[in-house]
Amino acid sequence: MSGIPHDHYEPKSNAEKWLHSRLPIVGLLYDTLMIPTPKNLNWMWIWGIVLVFCLVMQIVTGIILVMHYTPHVDLAFASVEHIMRNVNGGWAIRYIHQNGASLFFIAVYLHIFRGLYYGSYKAPREVTWIVGMLIYLLMMGTAFMGYVLPWGQMSFWGATVITGLFGAIPFVGEAIQTWLLGGPAVDNATLNRFLSLHYLLPFVILGLVIVHVWAFHTTGNNNPTGVDVRRASKKEAEADTLPFWPYFVIKDLFALAVVLVAFFAIVGFMPNYLGHPDNYIEANPMVTPAHIVPEWYFLPFYAILRAFDGEVWVVIAAEFLTGGIVDAKFFGVLAMFGAIIVMALVPWLDTSSVRSGRYRPMFKPWFWVFVINFFVLMWAGAMPAEGIYPYIALIGSAYWFAYFLVILPLLGVLEKPTTPPSTIEEDFNAHYGSASVGTGPASAKIPAE
Amino acid sequence: MSHAEDQSSTRRDFLYYATGGVGAVVTGAAVWPLVNQMNPSADVQAASTMRVDVSGVQEGTQLTVLFLGKPVFIRRRTQDEIEAARAVDMNDLVDTDSRNPNIAAGSDAHDENRSLTTPEGENTGEWLVMQGVCTHLGCVPLGDGAGEFGGWFCPCHGSHYDTAGRIRKGPAPENLHIPNASFVDDTTILLG
Repeated sequence: MSGIPHDHYEPKSNAEKWLHSRLPIVGLLYDTLMIPTPKNLNWMWIWGIVLVFCLVMQIVTGIILVMHYTPHVDLAFASVEHIMRNVNGGWAIRYIHQNGASLFFIAVYLHIFRGLYYGSYKAPREVTWIVGMLIYLLMMGTAFMGYVLPWGQMSFWGATVITGLFGAIPFVGEAIQTWLLGGPAVDNATLNRFLSLHYLLPFVILGLVIVHVWAFHTTGNNNPTGVDVRRASKKEAEADTLPFWPYFVIKDLFALAVVLVAFFAIVGFMPNYLGHPDNYIEANPMVTPAHIVPEWYFLPFYAILRAFDGEVWVVIAAEFLTGGIVDAKFFGVLAMFGAIIVMALVPWLDTSSVRSGRYRPMFKPWFWVFVINFFVLMWAGAMPAEGIYPYIALIGSAYWFAYFLVILPLLGVLEKPTTPPSTIEEDFNAHYGSASVGTGPASAKIPAE
Repeated sequence: MSHAEDQSSTRRDFLYYATGGVGAVVTGAAVWPLVNQMNPSADVQAASTMRVDVSGVQEGTQLTVLFLGKPVFIRRRTQDEIEAARAVDMNDLVDTDSRNPNIAAGSDAHDENRSLTTPEGENTGEWLVMQGVCTHLGCVPLGDGAGEFGGWFCPCHGSHYDTAGRIRKGPAPENLHIPNASFVDDTTILLG
């Protein structure tokens, strides 16, 4: 697949040749697994494998949970308790699935921040980035609908608030909201369709993951220097890369084992730490919980949603300019989705000629402020919408948009980057010492990382 | 185009576009039921009216009933609440529409246009019937004088409503909506 020169699969036995001439599937798997991978990848390149593991884990545990779950407003809450108390090992399956969503999002945020720091989104990897953003959006949709299924108070009211976002769309919003819910309010019809879609979307994600991998196997992986693998000859390429199997598979599996130790510690000892006690109260359309809070992974965007009320000047300006079509409510919705859209457009907003943030002195502080701001927004999203918190959320939201729409475009013009190493081999040797004069996997005595 | 001499290519073009057009129509016809099935089903649509006995509602209290999957507030207001609501200047309101489908569309949000006409046909302001759904994102506001204006307060995102259920502060864009409602006898309100 990759444009990097390397050895391709050669069928040897007669059986292999027979199959290869009819369906070259072994060759496809071989070339995928043996893809030349930059040998200077650091530990931030492990999250892809963690994410694949999460997807498989969520699909497997999810299929099991559906065997015992009942999607009906009168029975859903009780059936989840049935899973917890009666089904053999059901408590473990459910806690793994519930906390698996959190692990999934921790990994995806680290994966995204990795991409933002090392410029993985830049040409020629824009398609990989866009597909990744689509996967991220689908993950959010899937997680949201999954959270509705236990039919607790947070499930119900979270669903009410989030589907209410669609009701904010001018003119057609109410019809869309009714269509999504299947009635005037969140009810049995909503619960049923959410289960159906919650079951479907992970398989759509799986398909997009294959496209995502296909895309970056075509361009080759990025790496911490952002320098391209040399492709002039196989010898040069082998000086810059190592095959994915076994070098990176083993490294990634080791990292996965470490991550899973932490994960199972949480599943075993504090399985409800990331949840809300209110979701152990059955859904009640007559009582809103005192404080509706989404799951932690939605909080930064929830903060952006709430930041724009009718007293913010941009909202007043938008309302005036559109003749009232864009009101404060719709503006908040636009801001929330816009926050993800500007991130998806970053390949075209970042004007710097240097890919990796490692060689961009002015970029670094702005990037780290962006990361800190992400956590500030997460915190502000968890706080009640009163007092100082909406202002903090507003400043954080402003920085989010400024980072993508002002800072990144300007930095490319204003900044004087330092010089990246000329090759990946040079970077590798600078970090780990030159193992030998020769090149290629056979001579690399110290495996990558 | 389309001269008979312009031979086969125009006939071929016609067949091409005709086939494409028919294909698009058939695809649309096939997809529409798949989309429309998500709209409210017949049983959901059927549950669209309800009678509520309000004989037990004391002055200064609120009865909350579930109607069409959402709460409806039926408040029997005190004289103080009515006076407070009627003293408000229209210029102080965020939303000046009455949001009341029981009277002429576009009526302003004066308290008289919000409260329900009594069984005797008078508008004393005693009865206020509203959807208990915050116009921001659909939470149920807290009642019993909650919020800075002594009416309702939405705990989700901090919207304050006054004693006539009108939005005064916070992110909600509209006054609390009033459902179709009327007294059918001295103690019964018909919703829907």
